[in-house]
Amino acid sequence: MATRQSMPVQDPAERRKNFNEVALGYTEEQAIAEAARCLQCKDPKCVQGCPVNIDIPAFIASIAESDFDTAIRTVKLTNSLPAVCGRVCPQEVQCEEYCVLAKKGQPIAIGRLERFAADYEISKGVESPQKAKPTGKHVAVVGSGPAGLTAAADLAKAGHSVTIFESLHEPGGVLTYGIPEFRLPKAIVRQEVEYIKQLGADIKVDYIIGRIKTLDELSEDFDAVFLGTGAGLPNFMGIEGENLNGVYSANEFLTRVNLMKAFRFPDYDTPIKRGKKVIVVGGGNVAMDAARCALRLGADEVSIVYRRSEDELPARREEVENAKEEGIIFRLLTNPVRILGDDKMKVKSVECIRMELGEPDASGRRKPVPVKGSEHEVEADTVIIAIGTSPNPIIFSGSKGLKSTSKGTIVVDDSAMSSMPGVCAGGDVVTGAATVISAMGAGKLAAQTINEYLKK
Amino acid sequence: MSYRIIEKRDMVHQVYLMKVLAPDVARAAKPGQFVIIRIDEQSERIPLTIADYNVVEGSVTIIFQEMGKTTKRLAALGAQDELEDFVGPLGTPSEIEKLGTVVLVGGGVGVAPVYPQARAYKAAGNKVISIIGARSENLLILEEEMQASSDELHICTDDGTKGHHGFVTDVLQKMLQNGEHVDRVVAIGPPIMMRAVTGVTKPFGVQTIVSLNPIMIDGTGMCGGCRVSVGGETRFACVDGPEFDGHKVDFNLLMSRLAVYRDEESSSLKKHECKCEGGK
Ligand SMILES: Cc1cc2nc3c(=O)[nH]c(=O)nc-3n(C[C@H](O)[C@H](O)[C@H](O)COP(=O)(O)OP(=O)(O)OC[C@H]3O[C@@H](n4cnc5c(N)ncnc54)[C@H](O)[C@@H]3O)c2cc1C
Ligand SMILES: Cc1cc2nc3c(=O)[nH]c(=O)nc-3n(C[C@H](O)[C@H](O)[C@H](O)COP(=O)(O)OP(=O)(O)OC[C@H]3O[C@@H](n4cnc5c(N)ncnc54)[C@H](O)[C@@H]3O)c2cc1C
Ligand code: SF4
Ligand code: SF4
Ligand code: FES
Repeated sequence: MATRQSMPVQDPAERRKNFNEVALGYTEEQAIAEAARCLQCKDPKCVQGCPVNIDIPAFIASIAESDFDTAIRTVKLTNSLPAVCGRVCPQEVQCEEYCVLAKKGQPIAIGRLERFAADYEISKGVESPQKAKPTGKHVAVVGSGPAGLTAAADLAKAGHSVTIFESLHEPGGVLTYGIPEFRLPKAIVRQEVEYIKQLGADIKVDYIIGRIKTLDELSEDFDAVFLGTGAGLPNFMGIEGENLNGVYSANEFLTRVNLMKAFRFPDYDTPIKRGKKVIVVGGGNVAMDAARCALRLGADEVSIVYRRSEDELPARREEVENAKEEGIIFRLLTNPVRILGDDKMKVKSVECIRMELGEPDASGRRKPVPVKGSEHEVEADTVIIAIGTSPNPIIFSGSKGLKSTSKGTIVVDDSAMSSMPGVCAGGDVVTGAATVISAMGAGKLAAQTINEYLKK
Repeated sequence: MSYRIIEKRDMVHQVYLMKVLAPDVARAAKPGQFVIIRIDEQSERIPLTIADYNVVEGSVTIIFQEMGKTTKRLAALGAQDELEDFVGPLGTPSEIEKLGTVVLVGGGVGVAPVYPQARAYKAAGNKVISIIGARSENLLILEEEMQASSDELHICTDDGTKGHHGFVTDVLQKMLQNGEHVDRVVAIGPPIMMRAVTGVTKPFGVQTIVSLNPIMIDGTGMCGGCRVSVGGETRFACVDGPEFDGHKVDFNLLMSRLAVYRDEESSSLKKHECKCEGGK
């Protein structure tokens, strides 16, 4: 049987110096060849792994027949952000893990094919969607990340009048401010947002719920509300030296680079420190992105400091490989103890300690424990903390009825309904930091629930 | 989005007042809060205090001083021009209550954020004593307005061209030494001034509120760039503040963090000025 088509990528030596997209996308020939490998299973397991239920065999069959228009139409029946998902979905643990061919290590490259179909449509001009017949109902969506955009798309398709409220000046949530240009070009995000607008959703940027209006006021003004406010509050470690100059949260670092385009300073006004020796603390996608941005800003040496071993790195495999190819150093089984500064309160080094894996903890992973006496100093002028985020609390401000957990996430039932009637929630604000596709799945579910609710 | 400037006024040298149409912000604004503006696509996001707001007109007033590129570009705009973004109201509003005697201290453009508070404290039934200062008489702003909303107004200038010859802290120190009963001091101005005020009030045990001005980006608690240390704890000034108990603030940290981008800021400004002159 034919093997999986590999993804053409920019050469590592070149790409570590630019912000252009790393993965270049399949050619038509590659896409057709890859699509031809699909067995067209009667009971396609792959679909079970897709939270937005794309009819995977159907769209792949269309690609195999060179009918790319039908392919993208099929995808868009259930997924309003295909160009995004095809790029950043952790396919290896979603659709592709379930593909029957995965057992032999050669699952169909579903994500790449989805990206191919979406890019094909973008290159020839996106088809304007048909507007649904108005129901006369008004729904507010708070937050324009993947959860909010998906909910808005499905609600608009159902004929409701939808208004999205976004606190930043640009829609997209993490897709815009977090995930860098070289993994997800902002032109692609803008394109997908444009499509949601064409479906009829109105987007109000610079509009913070909890500040301009409280959630309670909003739910009085609208027939129903969806909250997709994400988990944007950066966590710090609480170690000595974390407020020194040169210590960034990954969110600040990435927001400066992506949202504010600091990588184009001084053409864009927002500055960023271009560190020479950079340490990124953490092992997830966020850490990889921050490290690779730092490299592209001109660092001589960027290392990831992660307390567990390579097997436990939560980032996508593909991105870890990409990072390694680009020359990012991995200091595994290592944890920072404190950050040291000079007399001007600028970072000069990080004191780290070696770790070893002990007994499994509650999550089933072996718990890292410090090795006594293994403290050592690593020189650094920039430290980026990427150890996770919590839900942004502003949404609760001035609102009485919204229940939350001790972690600050919103409490919802199986149908995504919160403790306030007519108010649904989903995405990172419910689960804590997770994935684009799980946020989209939650947005979809909430849109269904709101539809039912509005029929009553 | 875009927000129209409906009025622009030169106040004193390099300090301007601007009224911007932003009805949603005006409706929700309270004393002590601020906005974040972005002039256009290339521009930085910068925070400015809400100096006044008018719900009927739907306008918000900001008063700003030319510092670097963004404030200089802002100063070059006038009525009918538009700002790309005007987000707010941000921050936790001031806790205005009836306490008795409140002393408001404002330095430089810091008088702008002090003014709405003076009115609010007065309206809440307090005796309001205001001390405002500037380098020189011709740099003093909002004198009449402050006069009207204070029971007592003291003016200080560094060069003695008006009022007390010296710092705002001299007047405050004397007031406290003379046994004036003060329930709260609110100080807003350059970090150096706020630190000096907390130094004066500490021995007298007078509660002192300061409004911190660290570098911000989003203003919604998302980046952590605005972190300050208060009582040994890290707080985000944009959501937990900007007002804090001045006796607990680590001002050295604040000042060093404000200086992080000094090199980038000056190169950005130089480039901007070259361009402006080149264009003439
Ligand atoms: C750097 C980085 C890289 C990542 N890489 C991947 C990846 O490769 N693959 C993957 O699947 N996942 C990845 N993730 C995770 C993924 O991006 C998130 O799980 C996903 O974006 C969550 O979507 P959301 O819609 O719930 O929230 P968000 O995307 O966080 O969007 C929330 C939006 O709500 C707005 N908002 C918040 N509060 C308010 C309010 N009160 N009023 C108005 N608006 C408000 C915010 O400004 C924001 O725009 C990554 C995350 C980061 C940070
Ligand atoms: C809550 C708050 C309220 C403020 N209110 C007012 C006000 O009412 N009137 C007023 O004149 N100024 C106010 N400031 C200060 C104002 O934001 C800065 O003067 C402005 O950002 C300078 O930008 P610039 O590009 O002109 O100068 P730059 O050359 O970029 O910077 C000059 C100095 O301003 C500070 N600064 C730079 N960027 C930022 C930023 N993004 N956020 C905060 N500070 C920054 C730094 O200390 C820097 O050294 C306030 C600041 C805060 C945090
Ligand atoms: S959306 Fe994600 S999970 Fe679904 S098919 Fe596409 S890549 Fe797979
Ligand atoms: S499980 Fe794999 S082979 Fe079967 S239909 Fe899905 S993608 Fe094709
Ligand atoms: S400005 Fe970003 S958290 Fe305060």
